[in-house]
Amino acid sequence: MNQAQSAAKFGRYGGCFVPETLVQPVMEVASAYSRLKASPEFRRELEEMLKHFAGRPTPLYFAKNLSRDLGRRIYLKREDLVHGGAHKLNNTLGQALVAKHMGKTRLIAETGAGQHGVATAIVGANLGFETQVYMGEVDIERQKMNVYRMELMGAEVIPVRSGSRTLKDAINEAMRDWSSSFENTYYLFGTAAGPHPFPSMVRDFQSVIGAEARGQIQEAEGRLPDSIVACVGGGSNAMGIFAPFLKDDVRLIAVEAGGRGLGHDDKTADHGASLGCGQDGILHGSLTRILQDPHGQILESYSIAAGLDYPGVGPELAYLAERGRIKTATADDRAALRGFRTLSRREGIIPALESAHAVGYVLREPEALGDLAIINVSGRGDKDLATVMEYENL
Amino acid sequence: MKISEAFRNKPLLIVYICAGDPSPEETPDLVRRLVRAGADIVELGLPHSDPIADGPTIQAAAQRAIAAGMNTDLYFQAAADANVDCPLIFMGYYNMVYARGLDRFARDCAKSGIAGMIVPDLPPEEAGPLREACRRHGVDLIFLAAPNTPPERLQMIQENTSGFLYLVARAGVTGARSDIQEATRDLIARASGDVPTAVGFGISTPEHAAEVIRSGADAAIVGSACVDLIARGELDRLEQLVRQMKEAVRRAKTQ
Ligand SMILES: Cc1ncc(COP(=O)(O)O)c(C=O)c1O
Repeated sequence: MNQAQSAAKFGRYGGCFVPETLVQPVMEVASAYSRLKASPEFRRELEEMLKHFAGRPTPLYFAKNLSRDLGRRIYLKREDLVHGGAHKLNNTLGQALVAKHMGKTRLIAETGAGQHGVATAIVGANLGFETQVYMGEVDIERQKMNVYRMELMGAEVIPVRSGSRTLKDAINEAMRDWSSSFENTYYLFGTAAGPHPFPSMVRDFQSVIGAEARGQIQEAEGRLPDSIVACVGGGSNAMGIFAPFLKDDVRLIAVEAGGRGLGHDDKTADHGASLGCGQDGILHGSLTRILQDPHGQILESYSIAAGLDYPGVGPELAYLAERGRIKTATADDRAALRGFRTLSRREGIIPALESAHAVGYVLREPEALGDLAIINVSGRGDKDLATVMEYENL
Repeated sequence: MKISEAFRNKPLLIVYICAGDPSPEETPDLVRRLVRAGADIVELGLPHSDPIADGPTIQAAAQRAIAAGMNTDLYFQAAADANVDCPLIFMGYYNMVYARGLDRFARDCAKSGIAGMIVPDLPPEEAGPLREACRRHGVDLIFLAAPNTPPERLQMIQENTSGFLYLVARAGVTGARSDIQEATRDLIARASGDVPTAVGFGISTPEHAAEVIRSGADAAIVGSACVDLIARGELDRLEQLVRQMKEAVRRAKTQ
């Protein structure tokens, strides 16, 4: 195995399982990124945008009421305050600058909850790209507000009618587009999954979350936390906050969507817990843990949070889970709704339903946290109000 | 029959269909019909839930086949039941192979008359373990090259492929198209050498097939056009199309 290939792997996970037509485009992204990563000028450009446009650094907020309730010190990393309302912009800014340097003029992206689509539409408008976002029909229905936000910023939302009409099919469709449009088009992948170099590149761009949190907790508490809790869809907010702590004695807890329960039928799992319930397999370009039937057909996943409704997960998380470096857990729809309501009532912060899974886990198992914990509040909940209202009327 | 034996009578016509479409029971008979009409090799697709290299026609076929109950066990059963003299080739996504186990998959191919495997989302760099399994069971592992494959990489792929080299006629996904591009002719020219070549993706008429053979390819692969006729239940026209394409391929050789 040559060096480029081993860089693409996390143990046996990861890799680059793409059709031949996409091998070259993916390799071009990898080489552009490794060149730019080392460029002080590129880093400065990105830092400027993160500061003046995205609104970084985000606060590490001491949640005094939640801390009192749970009898330990709990901080919230406020990614809900990033421009656009979620951590997603950290990644889209980074990758859009890579695309710019590569001379691409068009961005394509997939989106589930619409947050990554919105973050892509933002950079598309700001940096002057033509932008098209693939979104499953089912997700378009449950995230109407984000569809309108994308359109306001000039992005075209393309409905995906194939397969389960959710995030995984939107990714399929974006990859199909890219396999004939790569000359002028950059595929702005939204999470720390997919073929190499996306898992590493997205992790790197999201690591600003953990790097800031590390300095902030040192300053506030004079030490590192005992634990960090993050929700996991594909894994970008989790890898972003975990990565700078991997070598430390800090408990890293990855909370997946428990949905309606951990069962499944022939075609559909009742959850999105690929780390907890999946097996090794290949989906969207990498070997990772996936939800599948015994023959290898991908199951549809389920979660009340569209952003966690994905039958795969980033390969680095699969690797870290197998090695025991991260602890995996699930929070079901009810636990997430409890987290949603509790954080709103107790702290005056309405979290995204995705982030509410991390909060719900903390409410359920506070003893797992130790004395000092950070929850990554990956996004704000405004986009989810209709979903929650509908759920409560049932 | 080995793939290399089939290529002794080149140029060839290779026909792709999706196993299980419209139903698993009908697949063996469809394969026999294709062979009767002149297919030299039948590429039998195993339907997958997430076929990222396929366009709408083959996606829809895969969905119909899965809904009709097609799975990997029935797939091998259908291949064995077809019981044809010409080589069959497996075409399918890597997760389906991986889920069964690489060695078991290659062995089941050998047992059911499948002489080669095409796995479009498995580039040679990732294919070491499957290549070993294929070698153990005497199954060819066929790799693909595309118009944007650079020269050194093309050479690496030529060295790694066995049976033949699959040339992807154009960027993008599978599906019927209206012409053969300059890029296709260029790729055929670049790839000509010791390893036989077969051109697929977008070839839907006898004229296309003749043109790729005239450009120097050893085989033409037709997929979506046939899948489309199966979807419409027009099996007589399917046989007619295969016959015409075979005729065009043969005639292109003698020109
Ligand atoms: C607010 C928020 N958090 C989390 C996620 C899950 O993605 P990831 O696991 O990549 O952080 C999403 C995805 O859309 C999201 O919008």
